[in-house]
Amino acid sequence: MAVGPVSASAPGPVAAALKDAVISAALTALLLVPLVGLRATEQGGGPLILTTRFGLVAIFGLIVGVLRFVLLLTIWHPARAKPGRTGPALFNGLGDRLAPVLKPAFFGILLVYPLLAVLGSGGLGPSRYWVDLGIYILTYVMLGWGLNIVVGLAGLLDLGYVAFYAVGAYTFALLSTSIPVSDFFAGALGADFWKAWSFWVCLPISGILAALWGVILGFPVLRLRGDYLAIVTLAFGEIIRLVLINWVDLTNGGAGISSIPPITFFGIPFTNSDGGFASLFGLTFDPMHRNIFLYFVILALAALTALATVRLRRMPVGRAWEALREDEIACRSLGINTTLTKLTAFSIGAMFGGFAGAFFAVRIRFVSPESFTFMESAVILAIVVLGGMGSQMGVAMSAILLIGGMEMLRNLTFLKSPWLLGPDFDPSLYRMLIFGFAMVAVMAWRPRGLVSGRLATIFLKHRKKVSGDLVAEGHG
Amino acid sequence: MDIFLQQLINGLTLGSIYGLIAIGYTMVFGIIGMVNFAHGDVFMVSTFTALIAFLLLTTVLGITSIFLVLAIVLVVAMAFTGLVSWSIERVAYRPLRGSFRLAPMISAIGMSILLSNFVQVAQGPRNKALPPILPDVIVVWDSGSYQVTLAYKQILIMVVTAVLLFGFWWLVQKTPLGRAQRACEQDRKMAALLGVDVDRTISLTFIIGAALAAVAGVLYLSYYGVVNFADGFVPGVKAFTAAVLGGIGSLPGAVIGGLLIGLIETFWSAYFSIEYKDVAAFSILAITLVFMPQGLLGRPEVEKV
Repeated sequence: MAVGPVSASAPGPVAAALKDAVISAALTALLLVPLVGLRATEQGGGPLILTTRFGLVAIFGLIVGVLRFVLLLTIWHPARAKPGRTGPALFNGLGDRLAPVLKPAFFGILLVYPLLAVLGSGGLGPSRYWVDLGIYILTYVMLGWGLNIVVGLAGLLDLGYVAFYAVGAYTFALLSTSIPVSDFFAGALGADFWKAWSFWVCLPISGILAALWGVILGFPVLRLRGDYLAIVTLAFGEIIRLVLINWVDLTNGGAGISSIPPITFFGIPFTNSDGGFASLFGLTFDPMHRNIFLYFVILALAALTALATVRLRRMPVGRAWEALREDEIACRSLGINTTLTKLTAFSIGAMFGGFAGAFFAVRIRFVSPESFTFMESAVILAIVVLGGMGSQMGVAMSAILLIGGMEMLRNLTFLKSPWLLGPDFDPSLYRMLIFGFAMVAVMAWRPRGLVSGRLATIFLKHRKKVSGDLVAEGHG
Repeated sequence: MDIFLQQLINGLTLGSIYGLIAIGYTMVFGIIGMVNFAHGDVFMVSTFTALIAFLLLTTVLGITSIFLVLAIVLVVAMAFTGLVSWSIERVAYRPLRGSFRLAPMISAIGMSILLSNFVQVAQGPRNKALPPILPDVIVVWDSGSYQVTLAYKQILIMVVTAVLLFGFWWLVQKTPLGRAQRACEQDRKMAALLGVDVDRTISLTFIIGAALAAVAGVLYLSYYGVVNFADGFVPGVKAFTAAVLGGIGSLPGAVIGGLLIGLIETFWSAYFSIEYKDVAAFSILAITLVFMPQGLLGRPEVEKV
């Protein structure tokens, strides 16, 4: 696993690989013995006892050893010629041919997805799971695209992105359940106005407030170097969460805010009454109408994020972001105001996080600080990193792969068979484990992302790898 | 006065633990210029190693002498945590030297998530509690209504920390390894040209930092008696705050920063509000980085082009 390169000249590749494999297997087993082989188990209310699982350790050691042996004789074989991989895409030729139709096809599929879900599952009711899954994934696609502006385009590592998500969610939750605000609108525009319109009024407010917080938090810290910035944004994310927990008068603390009014079809409620959506459009009432509408709302929000990003990339400020990502010192010497440029990226990213937060609050109709932990930031960051920082399609693909893939893993019941992983196997436990591993692996093997690589938007004569690929440590 | 004295004792105890973790951050930052985000979780792994070793020694092998048990646990935890940290450096950080700016940081974040969730899966998500170790206390001062106490384990923590810090200082200042380390810190390329094995030095730095974190882990376990897979995050960030406050890259700074953070945290909890103690620590981190990035004892950073 972690043993130096094997020289081909020594006793022969097979013997060397075997030796390497044995060492790796032994090392893996040694690393796993204390924490996997032995387990401190609770028994009732009494003291902890030790249980052992040495068989599992042996299996993992064997897997690593065999894998390493096979890899050393095939892919990592010293005599094997390196494949001439030129571009950053996973399947170059295929990628080039598919690229022009990929984006329209992608959006087309997203548009008809609810229809497919309804037809595929045979009715509105049974399609609920699939539509909800679509909403869930698209929320992460949108969050990924929002963070992509900050991390992928401007190269600012933001570990507190979930703070802006929380600001958006709480802005909407507090305003929509606030009695004074409701009374104010009841006096001016009718008793039911605020209940019907609160989401549509609060959506822009949530985004603007999140952007404002982005400016407030970003202004002092954006002069810091990359990893300091990451830690400070992490600290801000945690501060906001702790304030949400402890400021009970405003936020109701850890209990959260419930009974948030549901989404309406631009003022028309999704109810089974006379003025409701179903009766107005002459449909039979079904609670799924609201879910499908929610799907299209998040699709529109995500598309807005994507569109805004694409347009911004072609504007001077977007070009400045990309330049900043590659070489900050060069930017400064060319007269770009780096703090202001970073601030725009930070606050625009925050704004989209705020929109997504408001949507989250109206979908779940309940917000609590538990939804906005560091792990949530880490999931969004993992999506951006694995998708390839700066690449829109890459981020979307990785969100679908990571969030949807994990959800699918839950459905694989055969994994729970007693001879494989046991009936109490819970894939959601392994979710973050896999994300963490994937982040490390991608950085080591394909630092430009699994799905796609980032290239400069503008180029001179021909598109080539950006300089950042070739920049050694200590620069930029 | 009596409460003040008690908080001073508690703060210094907590600060010793933070200081030991902070050294790992500051050493790694000094030598390869990266924030080893996974260090807090390495500390958490060490607390679990210590828990397992403790259970193994007391329940399976039946050793009754608590000092013997603690000594063995300390050695086992230091060795194993050093091995873990060495593997992490080999697998997650070494291949990234020369990659783009954010790569090591992202890899470290991934490693941190991986470690904490690995422990969650392997050991379960619930708190693991031990019966109290060394529960006896000495009454230092009795004001009638309030007794200021000094627990044996607090003495243990301060003594172990002081001894180890002295040993560590000797290692860095007086041995060839320490010289190689300081050389790499100043200029890695030049050190390599002069025959210092840079890779080995970096590996050893990671091992030493992890061993010190393991000491902190054993002390943390014996002090609180409870460990959880998520315990790496907040102490990790606080220890990083300590390293930044003391001046990142400076070893005495890390210790002073650790003691300061420990004192600030306990006094804040005692006199202001216990709910906002983490907010206080995180705010100190942000304020220090924004207004005084070189910290108390650090050198101002010069950006070379």
